[in-house]
Amino acid sequence: MGSVKAELLRLWKWPATWVLIGVWLVMTLTFGYVFNYLALNGGTNTRSMSQQQLISAMQPENVGAAVVRGLPMFGGAIILVLAALAVGSGYGWGTWKTTLTAGPRRVSAMAGTLGALGIVVVLLVALTFVVNLGASITVASLEGWDWSLPGLGVFKALGASLLIAAMWTGFGVFLGVVTKGPALAVGLGLMWAIVTENLLRGVGSLLGPVESLTKVLPGGSAGNLAGAVGGSGAPGVLTDLSGTTAALFLLGYVVVFVGAATFLKVRRDLV
Amino acid sequence: MIVTTEKLTKRYGDRAVVDEVSLSVRRGEVYGFLGPNGAGKTTTIRMLLGLVKPTSGSARVLGEAPGTPRALLKVGSLIEGPGFYPYLSGRDNLRVHAARRGVGKTGVEAALEQVDLVGAAGEKFRRYSLGMKQRLGVAAALLGQPELLILDEPTNGLDPAGMADMRDLVRALAAQGQTVLLSSHLLGEVEEICDRVGVIAQGRLIAESTVEQLRGDSQLLIRADPLEKAHVLIEGSTVHGDALHVREKDAGVLVRVLVAADVDVREVRPLRRTLEEVFFEMTGAA
Repeated sequence: MGSVKAELLRLWKWPATWVLIGVWLVMTLTFGYVFNYLALNGGTNTRSMSQQQLISAMQPENVGAAVVRGLPMFGGAIILVLAALAVGSGYGWGTWKTTLTAGPRRVSAMAGTLGALGIVVVLLVALTFVVNLGASITVASLEGWDWSLPGLGVFKALGASLLIAAMWTGFGVFLGVVTKGPALAVGLGLMWAIVTENLLRGVGSLLGPVESLTKVLPGGSAGNLAGAVGGSGAPGVLTDLSGTTAALFLLGYVVVFVGAATFLKVRRDLV
Repeated sequence: MIVTTEKLTKRYGDRAVVDEVSLSVRRGEVYGFLGPNGAGKTTTIRMLLGLVKPTSGSARVLGEAPGTPRALLKVGSLIEGPGFYPYLSGRDNLRVHAARRGVGKTGVEAALEQVDLVGAAGEKFRRYSLGMKQRLGVAAALLGQPELLILDEPTNGLDPAGMADMRDLVRALAAQGQTVLLSSHLLGEVEEICDRVGVIAQGRLIAESTVEQLRGDSQLLIRADPLEKAHVLIEGSTVHGDALHVREKDAGVLVRVLVAADVDVREVRPLRRTLEEVFFEMTGAA
């Protein structure tokens, strides 16, 4: 408990936490509402989205889908960066050394980091939901649409969002521990989340086995889960797997990333 | 004994960084862990704190295995410079560390007061001078009133005033009965502060004793004329250039003997080996 409190205190007061959350909220508002609103009011619609589709994407009742569709790629990348920085920076600052000589077992220290990151990520998803809901109600009111609050189905979308966020958090933590620094962890993570999986999908159109593989890679699984709970129209969202299959793969990744990071943290010398 | 190690060894590949080190630190003493850079001091200390696992041998810290919560909660440490979050204030950094050690607000303020950092506790750590950073490191080590304080090169990078401040701080802690294991390559520092010394070179502990014992018996230097006659008169003396060296005895008696034999005595003074001389002899030989 002390480890979670300690980590939470330092993450809470870390400007990087709020900068990344802020950037993500601005992105989700800009791409989810501002551009759609402008397109709806006289923009040049080259994506051949019908007016009805634009309106539907901004309706308050569809806010769950709006939250989850951003997470497989760009939201995930932001979360990965946060986790990789939070864990990797400790090696350069020497704070892991301070943490591991403070008293708690290494497993407890790692659990503290994961627990605090988990709380921050839950907060990020909650803020995304609140901000999206606020934006959608604002747009609906401005446009004079009939609107209603999201139904119980929103919890499914939020649950999927949390699972996707947990996977990217675990991935970032794993990279931070493996590379023992923030720069390489962030670089590799972003490369994977934004470039590598997309390149593999491109190769997949030529090679069948690669195509099958891309569906179950971390980003692919996240995209498939987002697609299964109604997220659509955003980069990285897929509809190749069922929601259950995608969720099971994501759970597997969480276990593997967190387990491997903790194992390395416990076993490796800190020199 | 507060710390004991038995043939503690750490190898990286074929290279033994720490080679069968057996040392002991007694309760209430300031133990100087002396050695040149790269001798194996920090690796030994990291093994005592559980940060590095030994290849072979064993260690006990306050009767516990190194790195266990029971041991760590009774030890405060500062290893190779302080590790703190640059964006947090000194006080917040201590609060984070205190939360891990189960220490409350009062403990944080007491530690800040002990190292004279209360006035600057609200400033960001990254704005601290090197001396302030080191003092904050000592404050963190003092949280929870540990039974053993391990300070690894606490004066590294400090200016002379900062070094003097740090020495005063360690002296003050020692005066309160705090057991301190102080690693350093600064001989003057160790000579001034420490009760006992362990000398490590190339991974091996080559000596462990009090500073006095390490220096060996003090001697007298005598310049006299004629030197040969004085040499014959003073039993056990040895000739070194134009002077005699003799194990320290009553100088007055020796002078009387020489004067009575019509020998001119031109200089008599104690001749003590400094720790530096002893250290270079030892580490040179190692």
